[in-house]
Amino acid sequence: MKSKSNTKSAVARPDPAGRPWWRFDQRAFPPLILTPTMIASMVFVYFFIGLTIWISLSKWGTLRMNLDLREPLGITYQQMFAMPRWHANLRNVFVFTTLFLASSMGLGLILAILLDRKLIGHTILRNVFLFPYALSFIVTGIAWRWIFNPETGINLLFDGLGINHLITFFGGPPLKPGWTTDPSVILSLNDWLGAIFPAVKEMSIQLGIPMALIPVVIAAMWQLTGFAMAMYIAGMSTISSDLREAARMDGASEAQLYTTVIVPLLRPVTVSTAIIMGHISLKIFDLIFAMTGTGPGFATDVPGIFVFDQTFKATKYNLGAAASVVMLILVSSIIVPYLWRDLRRR
Amino acid sequence: MKIRICSYFAAMALAVAGLAPATLLAAEKKLEVFSWWTSGGEAAALEALFQTYKKANPGVEIINATVAGGGGSAARPVLQARLAGGDPPDSWQSHPGSELIGQYVEAGYCEPINDLYQTENWEKVVPKGLIDLLTKDGKIYGVLAGVHRGNVLWYNKKLLAKNGITVGDKLTFDEFFAIADKLKAAGITPLAVGDSGIWASAHLFENTLLGTVGPQGWNDLRTGKLAWDDPKVKQAVDTYIKLLSYQNTDHSALSWDQAVKLVIEGKAAFTSMGDWTYGELAKAKLKDNEDFGWVNHPGTDGGFIVVADAFTLAKGAPHKADAIAWLKAVGSTEGQEAFNPLKGSIPARTDADKSKFSPYHNWSINSFAKDALVPSIVHGEATPAGFQQTLNDAITSLVIDKRTDAFTKAMVQAAKDAEISQ
Repeated sequence: MKSKSNTKSAVARPDPAGRPWWRFDQRAFPPLILTPTMIASMVFVYFFIGLTIWISLSKWGTLRMNLDLREPLGITYQQMFAMPRWHANLRNVFVFTTLFLASSMGLGLILAILLDRKLIGHTILRNVFLFPYALSFIVTGIAWRWIFNPETGINLLFDGLGINHLITFFGGPPLKPGWTTDPSVILSLNDWLGAIFPAVKEMSIQLGIPMALIPVVIAAMWQLTGFAMAMYIAGMSTISSDLREAARMDGASEAQLYTTVIVPLLRPVTVSTAIIMGHISLKIFDLIFAMTGTGPGFATDVPGIFVFDQTFKATKYNLGAAASVVMLILVSSIIVPYLWRDLRRR
Repeated sequence: MKIRICSYFAAMALAVAGLAPATLLAAEKKLEVFSWWTSGGEAAALEALFQTYKKANPGVEIINATVAGGGGSAARPVLQARLAGGDPPDSWQSHPGSELIGQYVEAGYCEPINDLYQTENWEKVVPKGLIDLLTKDGKIYGVLAGVHRGNVLWYNKKLLAKNGITVGDKLTFDEFFAIADKLKAAGITPLAVGDSGIWASAHLFENTLLGTVGPQGWNDLRTGKLAWDDPKVKQAVDTYIKLLSYQNTDHSALSWDQAVKLVIEGKAAFTSMGDWTYGELAKAKLKDNEDFGWVNHPGTDGGFIVVADAFTLAKGAPHKADAIAWLKAVGSTEGQEAFNPLKGSIPARTDADKSKFSPYHNWSINSFAKDALVPSIVHGEATPAGFQQTLNDAITSLVIDKRTDAFTKAMVQAAKDAEISQ
């Protein structure tokens, strides 16, 4: 064993004399290996980002390509930000991201703590919770669309289990939510905001939580809670058991152990998970496309679907590109501070 | 060993020798047709067209390039990518009008076929209004396979009879609302709508618009002589909003065919939809004039919203001679008589044998011969794709917020963007 490793290092050591012409200086090796990747990413990432920005400013609004700039510059963006549908998109992506992150990470943390307590069968449970993550969003979307169909889905349970019987017995109206077909928007801020910004009063959409978005949040939560849980479990395994012992020695109860020691120590995990799931949520397309589409009155429409509709159905390539650029800015507003923090730490 | 190697090479050589002429022949005798007809009646109708073609052109292998997805929403991006990439199918399905001219002809993907119209005498048997939808600068770019009528109001005849209601040959909005009120009082949903694909609601609006502005107003809207915020259009929007109060509450969870099912099952009385509905009714074994009836969508008597299907000739078609033979089959009487009964549409030529069609289709054929033909907006014939999308978006908002002014404002902007001159 020892001799083997010796010969290996002998081979790897550069031979200053008599090196053939095709043997590079080893320091040149990493840049050489990286160059193709760098060129590819320059072309396929940054060049196309630039091209998309250019298209968003161009006259390309039909199937025929036209890359002349549209006058006045940026009019496509101006028109987009005047569209009620786009207002609804921004509202929805904001509401969806907030509810989805809060619910799936909250639940993920709780599950991780419960599994940390080494319940019976925790290894099986851990896998059970993680399995939905392996599915594609399309599968999840279609399955949950059936579940939340108001005529044939979960509403039948309210009748079947006698819940509605009980409610009507006490004089209440039977429970029959419209789920994804419900166009109402709760907790609307229009009146309140309208007092400060008169422009809000003119808006044709309600700035609140669209009810039809709730089932979508539930579906996304079902899929990604396991991922948040796995992240937290991984984070917990790095917390040394000495710390737990020390806390216990100092008289911390088991509940205090989590609230004051472990959860605060998990802050970096929380930040990483929020960023990973946040950018999934801002770019979400397939889950919503399969589950509800644009929804009643754009209740579940998101920028991803807007881009698809405007580019491929309406063939307004400039409008689709403009929406993509806004999506890129939204996602980078999350990713860039994270990368920055990461770089500075090094 | 030597023998084995020898026999191996011999087998290889034989295989190559056997394959080579076969592949060469196949390359000559092939035809690729692109469409989005994959479901039941549609696929059968396309197959019937293929059979007509094969009878006249034996030995040609047909590549049936279909992409599934409602109304071609999934197929169009695929086709666009192929055309842009220089890999066109020989012939593809398109709605006439804006979709054909704006998307494919103006981009230079189609070959004119005026010669074919002359040798086949099609100009004499296909209405001029329809050929105009296939024409740009005097050149004709497509052959129609069949014509659907968009503005039909279907009803469950037995359900209406039970409630003492009969519908005449024509229907106005006042008559419809009187019937609808009566049904509503009896606890029956008057109008079934399934707009999980919002185009179904846009379709209902389109029918109502024609019922209010009439065929002349329709053409004025297309040419910009009538503005989208004209009082007449606003009146149509208000009538449409009134119609919405008679529709089923779960409309946004249903697709258009599920709405038809509500009528079939007697849970709703009417549905306003194009005559592809006929296929659903026939599938449920319902009989014309007995179980179900039909009438013009309120106010649209004398107007016929055309939702037609055309086939093109690709510029640079890989198998041009075969593609021209294919278009000949599509436009022939035999082809149209084989295709349309299965598709549930009527022939685009006026000399087909009526006895091969159902009572409903005979009604439609008669209406087609005498009524004003107008191209559909919702199905991409009258206006460009961008306009169509804005209409769908504006309808999505209108169904919920019911704001007529916001709707007309969006449509005026859309007309401006689409360069419909004022």
